[in-house]
Amino acid sequence: MDRRTLLKGLAGVSSLAATGGVSMPALSQGAAARTLRFVPQANLANFDPVWGTQYVVRNAAAMVWDTLYGIDATLQPQRQMVASEELSDDGLVWTFRLRPGLKFHDGEPVLSKDVVASLTRWSARDPMGLMIKAIQNELTAVDDKTFKWSLKQPYPKMLFALGKNNTPCAFIMPERIAQTDPFKQITEYVGSGPMKFAKSEWVPGAKAVFEKFADYVPRQEKASWLAGGKQILIDRVEWIVIPDPATAAAALQNGEVDWWENPITDLVPVLKKNRNISVDIADPLGNIGVFRMNHLHPPFNDVKARRAILTALSQEDYMRALVGDDTSLWKPLPGFFTPDTPLYTEEGGEILKGKRDIAAAKKLLAESGYSGQPVSCIVAQDQPITKAQGDVTADLLKHLDMNVDFVATDWGTVGSRRAQKTPPGQGGWQMFHTWHAGADCVNPAAYAGIRGNGDKAWWGWPTSPTVEKEVTAWFDAKNLDEEKAAVGRLNKAALEDVIYAPTGFFLSYTAWRKNISGIVKGPLPFFWDVSKSA
Amino acid sequence: MVSYILRRILSTLPVMAIVALFVFSLLYIAPGDPAVVIAGDQASPADVERIRQSLGLDRPFLVQFGTWVWHILHGDLGTSIFTSLPVSALIAQRIEPTLSLMVITLILTILIAVPLGVVAAWKAGSWVDRTIMGFAVFGFSVPVFVVGYVLAYVFALELEWLPVQGYTPLAQGFWPWLQNLILPAVALGCVYIALIARITRASMLEVLQQDYIRTARAKGLGQRSILFIHALKNAAVPIVTVIGIGVALLIGGAVVTESVFAIPGLGRLTIDAILRRDYPVIQGIVLLFSFTYVLVNLMVDVTYTLVDPRIRY
Repeated sequence: MDRRTLLKGLAGVSSLAATGGVSMPALSQGAAARTLRFVPQANLANFDPVWGTQYVVRNAAAMVWDTLYGIDATLQPQRQMVASEELSDDGLVWTFRLRPGLKFHDGEPVLSKDVVASLTRWSARDPMGLMIKAIQNELTAVDDKTFKWSLKQPYPKMLFALGKNNTPCAFIMPERIAQTDPFKQITEYVGSGPMKFAKSEWVPGAKAVFEKFADYVPRQEKASWLAGGKQILIDRVEWIVIPDPATAAAALQNGEVDWWENPITDLVPVLKKNRNISVDIADPLGNIGVFRMNHLHPPFNDVKARRAILTALSQEDYMRALVGDDTSLWKPLPGFFTPDTPLYTEEGGEILKGKRDIAAAKKLLAESGYSGQPVSCIVAQDQPITKAQGDVTADLLKHLDMNVDFVATDWGTVGSRRAQKTPPGQGGWQMFHTWHAGADCVNPAAYAGIRGNGDKAWWGWPTSPTVEKEVTAWFDAKNLDEEKAAVGRLNKAALEDVIYAPTGFFLSYTAWRKNISGIVKGPLPFFWDVSKSA
Repeated sequence: MVSYILRRILSTLPVMAIVALFVFSLLYIAPGDPAVVIAGDQASPADVERIRQSLGLDRPFLVQFGTWVWHILHGDLGTSIFTSLPVSALIAQRIEPTLSLMVITLILTILIAVPLGVVAAWKAGSWVDRTIMGFAVFGFSVPVFVVGYVLAYVFALELEWLPVQGYTPLAQGFWPWLQNLILPAVALGCVYIALIARITRASMLEVLQQDYIRTARAKGLGQRSILFIHALKNAAVPIVTVIGIGVALLIGGAVVTESVFAIPGLGRLTIDAILRRDYPVIQGIVLLFSFTYVLVNLMVDVTYTLVDPRIRY
């Protein structure tokens, strides 16, 4: 018996069993060609881009909600919902006018009052929003299409703040939704973006569906990342959550899904061999590996101990553990900012370059007063990136004759334990690993990990007045040259004080079936201009 | 019998209460914080604390437990911290795939394992017996996910007979529903088939030594009649017991199987909830599973009276 005969036989049996005969697959061939089946990087567990700041939420939200400005592929903010803007001569009052034709998915027009409510909610959660709020006089609707943001002091990065792709983005929602407490989740998902969220089909953890919004009026310019004309060429996007990478790879090979956002490196060779599948770098801005030390407790409360780590650390070891032997996927990073972006700098990066000096590192450690006390390294085993880095660190510390307490745990536990400021013996910690998306590290705007503002700083709570001074200098910079100078000094200061230890820069892949076209490289998957042939 | 069933159902209440307290306490003392996961990697400690307060996670244990029990008593399993959807709605979304997987696995298992066990006992010591028991050892030894990957590779990728992943609701047709469940059911059923085949064999071997079987043979009854009518019915009590115990195996196995085959069932909901520390969802699912297990045990007890008329409650 061949396969077709078997299937026909089973179909015959099923027609007897099922009333009304055998149902055909839910989608006809034409409908299937207009539906893009996408495997996202993670589960869309919630859908409030201000309340939940995970990248996966931002990626889905970019389809449903629009922004006033959008960052393009040159990292410049471009007008999106805004038709024009005006800045007063003293730099204190920004006046914006919305472009015509903007409509929410419930049919209501987008008005200034919606923008004011949305920006108020966003600015309570976003680091740049908080900065603006701190110097805000008032944010008001002038008329239905015009709104004004008046400040106590100039804020040159205003347009970048409104268009940036770092979470949380300044998405515009209807006023009634945007009035939700920023620390509580919205329950209605109405935006003015190019796609509508099909809430009735949402199975958190399994599936999310987005449908083309027929009334969306794209801009005339060509789309570039979050900017330009967002032309939707498909009717429907189905996000199918497949937690197991091997299953996702098999589903892509089998044609059950069309696009897999982030295939793991181990499976890429298999996908590359398949003639129906294209594989390419997902995001040229990549990621930065992070080895974070606790500045509050010995031995890393002494800068000499932190410098000992930088002196001995081999970024090549970390990167090879992370992405294997494909050298096109990683590069050393003697600094903190994303390579190949305008502000990239290696100023002060000598400590991470050249041959690694274990002897010098041991000397620095001894000078810091370290004498064999246990140091706890909390390592999430369920995240391949943190696990690989943790393993390399454990080996590095042994070479430095450090007494490593390797705490193998899961990401949820790392998340709560790293928030503890207590000493390591009382629930605290000395080291953990993570990574930053390169898109977050193109400048200091949304780069919480680079800050040195003590108690208010990111986990590890580094204190560095010099770093803070240069962050402020970047915010106040009037042009690119001033920005570059500030970031150069910032990089040097952050390395001298060892805010954290960068373990290298690495890229990851994305994969799709060859009947899909229009996929562009970027910090998030863009669904505009993507089409699918039968 | 009716009063027995009622008493058994009532007796589940204290069991459920103990399970509830145990689960709640365990989650309370377990490390991890949903506020941290919600806040994201770039959030400040102050943001995390604000979220923790908004979720009520900063309140004392007894207050949190009391609130939860109060809601349960009012038929409210709570609201998921992450999705803001009612736990009951999330469970309702996921129950069909898991139930379908378990039912298909159970049917497949009984249809394969019981005849295999009977034949192995009948041919005890022969190559047939050794082959079947060899397969049983294999079924025990190979993890579900390994079987799952091999099946997916052969039947989905190479032969292209069946899909690799996903679930189609029964409402969309019997075959689309079934084709998504065949591979997961076989993968999940392997351990279960091995277990029941071995128990059936052992139980049948004992029964086949009995005098009444010898008498039946002496009377000239056919082998099939002896094995499946006279012997199997008397060997059924331990088999039914193991099938009942096996439901727990199925629940545990479903968690892995649903992840491997991307079936949007309760198993995956459980894993997602645990990894994110979505306490209300974890509590709701564990309560549901424990209630199911208590019910299955009750059904097993009732089934004893059907296969052995000497048993009466």
